[in-house]
Amino acid sequence: MNLNRRLFMGGAAAAATLAAPMVHGATNGKPKVVVIGGGAGGATAARYIAKDSKGEINVTLVEPSRSYYTCFFSNLYMAGFRELGSIAHSYGTLASDFGVNVVHDWAVGIDREARTVTLAGGATLPYDRLILSPGIDFVDGAVQGWDVTHQNAMPHAFKAGSQSELLKAQIEAMPEGGTFAMVAPPNPFRCPPGPYERISMVAHILKDKNPTAKIIIADPKDKFSKMALFQEGWADNYPGMIDWIGADFGGGNVSVDPDAMTVTIDGEETKVDVCNVIPAMKAGRICELAGITDGNWAPVNPHTMQARMDENIHVLGDASQQGDMPKSAFAANSQAKVAAMAVRAALTGSKLFPAKFTNTCWSLIDTDNGVKVGASYEATDEKIAKVDGFISQTGEDDALRKATYEESIGWYAGITADMFG
Amino acid sequence: MGWIRNIILGVVAATCWGLPGLANELGDADKGAELFDECAACHSVGQGAENGVGPHLNGLFGRRAAEVDGFNYSAGLTRMGNDGLIWDFDLLDRYVENPKAFASDTRMAYGGLKDAAQRADLLAFLRRYSDDPANIPEAAPTAPGTDHSVDPTILAIQGDPEYGEYLSSECVSCHQLDGDYDGIPPIIGWPVDDFVVAMHAYKDKFRPHPVMQMMAGRLSNDEIAALAVYFKQVGQ
Repeated sequence: MNLNRRLFMGGAAAAATLAAPMVHGATNGKPKVVVIGGGAGGATAARYIAKDSKGEINVTLVEPSRSYYTCFFSNLYMAGFRELGSIAHSYGTLASDFGVNVVHDWAVGIDREARTVTLAGGATLPYDRLILSPGIDFVDGAVQGWDVTHQNAMPHAFKAGSQSELLKAQIEAMPEGGTFAMVAPPNPFRCPPGPYERISMVAHILKDKNPTAKIIIADPKDKFSKMALFQEGWADNYPGMIDWIGADFGGGNVSVDPDAMTVTIDGEETKVDVCNVIPAMKAGRICELAGITDGNWAPVNPHTMQARMDENIHVLGDASQQGDMPKSAFAANSQAKVAAMAVRAALTGSKLFPAKFTNTCWSLIDTDNGVKVGASYEATDEKIAKVDGFISQTGEDDALRKATYEESIGWYAGITADMFG
Repeated sequence: MGWIRNIILGVVAATCWGLPGLANELGDADKGAELFDECAACHSVGQGAENGVGPHLNGLFGRRAAEVDGFNYSAGLTRMGNDGLIWDFDLLDRYVENPKAFASDTRMAYGGLKDAAQRADLLAFLRRYSDDPANIPEAAPTAPGTDHSVDPTILAIQGDPEYGEYLSSECVSCHQLDGDYDGIPPIIGWPVDDFVVAMHAYKDKFRPHPVMQMMAGRLSNDEIAALAVYFKQVGQ
């Protein structure tokens, strides 16, 4: 199969690039794409552009981490359904099989006039097209009393890896009958069902190890993703354990004291043993540095994911402001394919087909009790617009819930293969 | 026992259906009994029926797919059962017409019964052994005579594999391109017609899976043909 030969040659080329450290361009006049961020959006985009351009485009992926921990399924890791190693991925295959030039460094600046990216290590990368898929950062001062210097005392665990390990250890070390608190984020935020799947997983741990423990959620919203499904699941599986305080009951009026380990909700102070603070979010900071944000997010053209403020930059996933799609890995992966096609069409004249997007989010409520929500989308001039959707129903039988969970495991294998090769 | 009652009712009903002009539409259970001889090598039905090479067929109408205890079904049929597929006249008609197109990994070694009238006869016979009146063939919307096979002009469309490759990027967020199976079935290397029939079964909501109904629901006939050709090529 000539695919293998071509990929092998791509790999050899990448190795040569590494041997002679020429991060700075000089690639035989081939068009250059730089991708910043190696998650569901960036890794997918890098792989698809490298794969489908058949060596005609030079692709560089900038990602600080050598091991990427997926945020999706990190809740399942915390509850003991997955090993940490099973949600870790490396970029080796993107380099060896697809010829992507993988640079482990931080992007610290973008010069849109000169079309260059500056790395913390000092190198400058020229680009013809830049893809930004940096995920999220937290809004400063979003939760009174908390900033990132407190993320050990009160972890967010909304970027997976050491934060997930820390939160898991804290939950497991809770004293008998102790209290777990979560400060939930306002819309829009990464992974809308994520905080509530996490509550389910915390309850799953506590039911077993610490059944008299309590869970409090202070939420600035009055409703949340898959709310009926989660609330049914909590009542059935963890009766009396979970107290959700929504906006109507002052859930948005919250401050924390990481030194005293207290949470004050609507004036009432509570001593807690673990506090998971998930602050309000914004696009990864590199978008702000590039000057392509409007408020907290980077608006994009739905047909191509090009930044509204710079047609040479595409923004994917959580950082983008695109319309109806949720901020999810599935969505970022879907958007990456549209952007990859648009980039190839612009740089090599390949065919441009109409953009289509999809999303499905699975959540686990308890052992073998999975639910899902999903939708399909199309690009309009104004936004990515929802076409059709579905959601799991309350009262579904055990077999269907188990099948839904098993399907989510299949999806994890599928999407990570699609991202990392 | 429900099946005894149903045999009696079935005989009465079959007699009524034997009236001229109705036989073709509703099926002739006596003719179906003869057709069942070919099935009987593997399946039994009626008093004392037990699982053999295939599951027993008592209570088939209204039964969830892959539901009979003690029978080792294929992963595909088991999944359909988990997704909520309940056998009714229409679904059984499609399955019997082309088992592999309906459930690609079915263990039923049967090529299918192409003649719609014969299928109606066979199903009229099997219906005698089912309790659930909700799925009797004359009850809408499962009445026979609805044309649910894929139009030959649709099957004749030559798909564009390049377009299929682009469209496939939506599929491979879940279905692995190397054919691995971790909970979501592989879709590479299928015969083109089977792929097209399967996708139209989702599009027409004959197959129950909500994600696939949504995905197939917005694919045009040309797009389904393009995907079928592309995924066939990937599997080669």
